[in-house]
Amino acid sequence: MIEIHLILIFMIAAAIIAVAVKDLLSSVVAIGAVGIGLCMAFLVLRAPDLAMLQLVVEILSLIILIRATIRKDLPFSASGRWAFNTACTLLFLSVFLTAASIALKNMPQFGSPLMKVSKVYLDEAVPKTGALNVVAAIMLNFRALDTLGEATAVFAAVVGILAIARKRPRKDDDAR
Amino acid sequence: MMMRGNEEKGMTFIVKTVTKLTLGFILLYGIFVGLNGHLAPGGGFSGGVIIALSLVHVMLAFGKETALKRLRPTFLRVCACAGALLFIFIVMTGLGKRAHGFLGNEIVIPVSEMLIVGFGLFAIFIALVLMTKTDGQTG
Repeated sequence: MIEIHLILIFMIAAAIIAVAVKDLLSSVVAIGAVGIGLCMAFLVLRAPDLAMLQLVVEILSLIILIRATIRKDLPFSASGRWAFNTACTLLFLSVFLTAASIALKNMPQFGSPLMKVSKVYLDEAVPKTGALNVVAAIMLNFRALDTLGEATAVFAAVVGILAIARKRPRKDDDAR
Repeated sequence: MMMRGNEEKGMTFIVKTVTKLTLGFILLYGIFVGLNGHLAPGGGFSGGVIIALSLVHVMLAFGKETALKRLRPTFLRVCACAGALLFIFIVMTGLGKRAHGFLGNEIVIPVSEMLIVGFGLFAIFIALVLMTKTDGQTG
């Protein structure tokens, strides 16, 4: 359990550094440190699927951030309306912390989840599907529609980014 | 912009040679991770991201032009859309269950997911790189 807390402290420190540092490249590297910390947390919690996925996604997003967007100078205005911003931050922090303190009391203990639905999955996954990896068995059989939604979300993101970042204008805009 | 030979674009000679050697292995590892999701850690999404990483690897090492000459953005979009269509066809018709549940779901869904994620993410990378270039020229 102590490893989780150490990794969480590391991730929170890296996130604060990512926000606070002036240099954009250092900020991107700090975000990468947060992702690697999350990957190690998954490994400690014995979820190798998620750890592998987190690692590769983190590498790809880091490359995209550095290669494709680091040259843009993103102006960031910190001046003006600081009182309003601080008041909003404090308000939302208090609201979220209050709601979380109410909601988290009713959650099951960490590491002992409610096993009403997942127990059926865990018991029946291997004999029914023949897949040794229970995660993939659940994702591809019992939750195949969920996987469809995930793939749809990814595809919608791809199409949206390609539509926004297109190089040539559409044919309708050619007349201009 | 200075005219350079094709050899001098991208990274150094060492990086290019190592890329030529390792590209196939990375691509193969991505396909392995995607197709072996039911036996080992991994799955369609991880495999697709590794495939996209191998393509990004080529593009970083050899430069934009050489990579885009081989992999046209239209081809990438067609692959991603084909993956999406295959996925929704399999789910909507229920053909995965009829093929004894094993070949249907554990092969077709990871393959379509690998197509969507791998080529889609690489297309995003290409779009962002090209967008920064045009912005640098005009603005």
